Amino acid sequence: MKLQALQQSYANRGRSNSFRGSSPLDSSVDGGGSIKSPAGIFWSILHCLCCLISLVLGFRFSRLVFFLLFSTSSVNNLYTTSANDIAETLSFTTSLRSFSPLVANTTSAVATSSRVVVGRHGIRIRPWPHPDPEEVMKAHKLIEAVQREQKVQYGIKNPKTLIAITPTYVRTFQALHLTGLMHTLMNLPYDVVWIVVEAGGATNETSALLAKSKLQIKHIGFPKKMPIFWEARHKMESQMRLQALRVVREEQLDGIVMFADDSNMHSLELFDEIQKVEWIGAHSIGILAHSGHSNEDPFEIQNSINNKDENKSPSIPVQGPACNSSDQLIGWHTFDTTEYKGKSANYIGDMAIVLPRKMEWSGFVMNSKLVWKEGEFRPDWIKDLDMVDGDDDIESPLSFVKNSSMVEPLGGCGKKVMMWWLRAEARADSKFPTGWTIDPPLEMTVPAKRTPWPDEILLDTEKVVNTQENTEKRATKTRTPKSKRSSRGKRKHESRNADARRNSGERIDNN
Amino acid sequence: MMTNRSWGVILLVLYAFVLNLNAFELRKGQKTERISGSAGDVLEDDPVGRLKVFVYELPSKYNKKILQKDPRCLNHMFAAEIYMHRFLLSSPVRTLNPEEADWFYTPVYTTCDLTPNGLPLPFKSPRMMRSAIQLISSNWPYWNRTEGADHFFIVPHDFGACFHYQEEKAIERGILPLLQRATLVQTFGQKNHVCLKEGSITVPPYAPPQKMQSHLIPPSIPRSIFVYFRGLFYDVGNDPEGGYYARGARAAVWENFKDNPLFDISTEHPTTYYEDMQRAVFCLCPLGWAPWSPRLVEAVIFGCIPVIIADDIVLPFADAIPWEDIGVYVDEKDVPNLDTILTSIPTEVILRKQRLLANPSMKQAMLFPHPAQPGDAFHQILNGLARKLPHDKSVYLRKGEKVLNWTAGPVADLKPW
Repeated sequence: MKLQALQQSYANRGRSNSFRGSSPLDSSVDGGGSIKSPAGIFWSILHCLCCLISLVLGFRFSRLVFFLLFSTSSVNNLYTTSANDIAETLSFTTSLRSFSPLVANTTSAVATSSRVVVGRHGIRIRPWPHPDPEEVMKAHKLIEAVQREQKVQYGIKNPKTLIAITPTYVRTFQALHLTGLMHTLMNLPYDVVWIVVEAGGATNETSALLAKSKLQIKHIGFPKKMPIFWEARHKMESQMRLQALRVVREEQLDGIVMFADDSNMHSLELFDEIQKVEWIGAHSIGILAHSGHSNEDPFEIQNSINNKDENKSPSIPVQGPACNSSDQLIGWHTFDTTEYKGKSANYIGDMAIVLPRKMEWSGFVMNSKLVWKEGEFRPDWIKDLDMVDGDDDIESPLSFVKNSSMVEPLGGCGKKVMMWWLRAEARADSKFPTGWTIDPPLEMTVPAKRTPWPDEILLDTEKVVNTQENTEKRATKTRTPKSKRSSRGKRKHESRNADARRNSGERIDNN
Repeated sequence: MMTNRSWGVILLVLYAFVLNLNAFELRKGQKTERISGSAGDVLEDDPVGRLKVFVYELPSKYNKKILQKDPRCLNHMFAAEIYMHRFLLSSPVRTLNPEEADWFYTPVYTTCDLTPNGLPLPFKSPRMMRSAIQLISSNWPYWNRTEGADHFFIVPHDFGACFHYQEEKAIERGILPLLQRATLVQTFGQKNHVCLKEGSITVPPYAPPQKMQSHLIPPSIPRSIFVYFRGLFYDVGNDPEGGYYARGARAAVWENFKDNPLFDISTEHPTTYYEDMQRAVFCLCPLGWAPWSPRLVEAVIFGCIPVIIADDIVLPFADAIPWEDIGVYVDEKDVPNLDTILTSIPTEVILRKQRLLANPSMKQAMLFPHPAQPGDAFHQILNGLARKLPHDKSVYLRKGEKVLNWTAGPVADLKPW
């Protein structure tokens, strides 16, 4: 298509007279060609040859020849096209190019001398048309300055400190969840005080994980160990949060308290939104009721349940404030757990759906002054922390308020979901290397001979889970898949682990 | 005692009010800044009472019938001529008494002969204009009184009253001889160019205001694109080799910056074009076949600093709007160094430009809303006309004096329309 267009342009050149600005050189060629004489024939043959060469090269080669042979004035044009195959010729022409304007326009209609002339111009390309890293850095600084100004003008003025309360404990997925939450908090433009309450006492493992961030962290230990059953875990988490609130009260921390569970997912917009809270606010959270069993599709369960009753509309997995048309809080949306009765997980690591409680703590945010002692600013519809402490099970901060209609709905009156609740855990007794590093390093690391097939991997992972329970030797873990692969037929696994290191040497030779 | 106290209170209130006003003006981090061009702080002037315009009643074949034949004329970038007519018909500056009029307007839609693709063909426009002028000169005495010096015409086509889309042909033809003395309101503007007459008023091209308003995003969304441009770099249909289209400037932009991550440039036509402009710091407004483009209007509306790459261009309402303070001018020969130029602009200057762009009167001056609003482009045109008043005495010709040559121009133009 491009070549045809080029050809057409050549055809047009002959036809149109004053349309394209022609250089004096070309007109001489045209003038010569019209004479039917050996010289004329020679010129027309030369012209055809030049056309063919230009077609191949992709740019007007004849002009280059004339430039080299006949140039009398310093004014000239060199052309480049966007064809990719002439990259080498492009660089050649750019090195020859002189940055000079234009072709003389034969029409003399321009009255006063204008420095802008109509006609064909050269396409100016600098010698190295690629980004300069210093320029890129300067541009980024400019963008930062612009964004800062935007924030000053349109963003939140006088942002309050964010106090995030997270209950956690050492388990397989702790590093996964906590790192995600840590990065979310590190990306905020606000001051953050992160209160991490750890069940089973403050451990070095958690401290090491938290030390990677540059946040202000209060790492508090909670004496009891985290129970295995979900019900008990939810209760203990509430108590851990209350402990954190006591710390807020003692240290008189000022800011906005939000409950960031380590396995939840937070959107950055949430943190901008909660700055608007005055006393206590609620926002919508999406409930990701997740089954630990990988084969079972959680949506399939939903569909099978819904198909039973065609009239019932599918429940929206959102928990949060419900408002009437004038944006006033009238009630609460909660997650409908009736469908999952009997199918929900009982203990951590159970391969069933983990259900939230009726109102989750993470859906609420409070002004820290609410838990201070004897605050003059505290409105009277807030119960004091001490009074609530005695209660057995505080399910949500709603227990703090005597009148729940004073709660402020956030996020477009609950229409916007900015946080997702999820409880995804490995089995309570699953093993993992401390700090997820293998230290000391393994004695022998062997590269895999070939990529294992999918069914082999499944078999291997099942066996890996079994072997993890039985063996203390973490160092042999990488070797077990390999040994399993070659011992596919044999089901003996306990003894195999002890022999794995010994046998792997032979096995490699066999393979 | 009572009166003293009440006086004291009133004085205190006044003092506080004045203090607040001053504080508001001087407050750092303010969002906008006042705009005043070479003609002074005139963007918010009200033309009502400063001039009177008489609208000629032309037969509908000059306006309504043409529009009926092709209603696309209401949406393309040359629609200013139609909306100006509608605005003037119901404006308070209109007068039905031609004796007291300062300016005379001829509603002839010369840019409404569209190809199937929607591009206007200018071949019949000179004849149409000529026929309209013949009509008004024979039916009313006001044209012959001044030979058109107190008449104004809206010619929003590519090269204004030169009535051609190819620049060389337009230069050859020059401005229609009959319009030699009239004031032209046009989108084209380039210094020392045949098609820009002394005393013309440059206006922005028409951009649909509702469409742009509906794509606004909250201003708190951070601007993360450094330079943004969407459009052609090579006009493959008319100029496949490059070098002709945009005087090679657009091709130079592409060749130099196509792999630069700071430059978000491409020929694609995204659906989020307006939203993307609002996330960009600079928007390129290079020339095309003509130096002006609706990109300037879009950049101003969306708060993106326009980078104008068109030598000697005259921007809309150049005497009312100080474009050097608002946009960035880059010579076509400096295009290869565009990234250096843009990154070497000091931060303060960039922030000031954004403040000027945020001024609502600036955005309003670029639009042709319907119904008309105060400070919009219609009012700026009237302000411009009002600034040219009072007419010089030489405008009125003596009896029998003739300046215009009614037979000048190409022979084809003399045919009746």
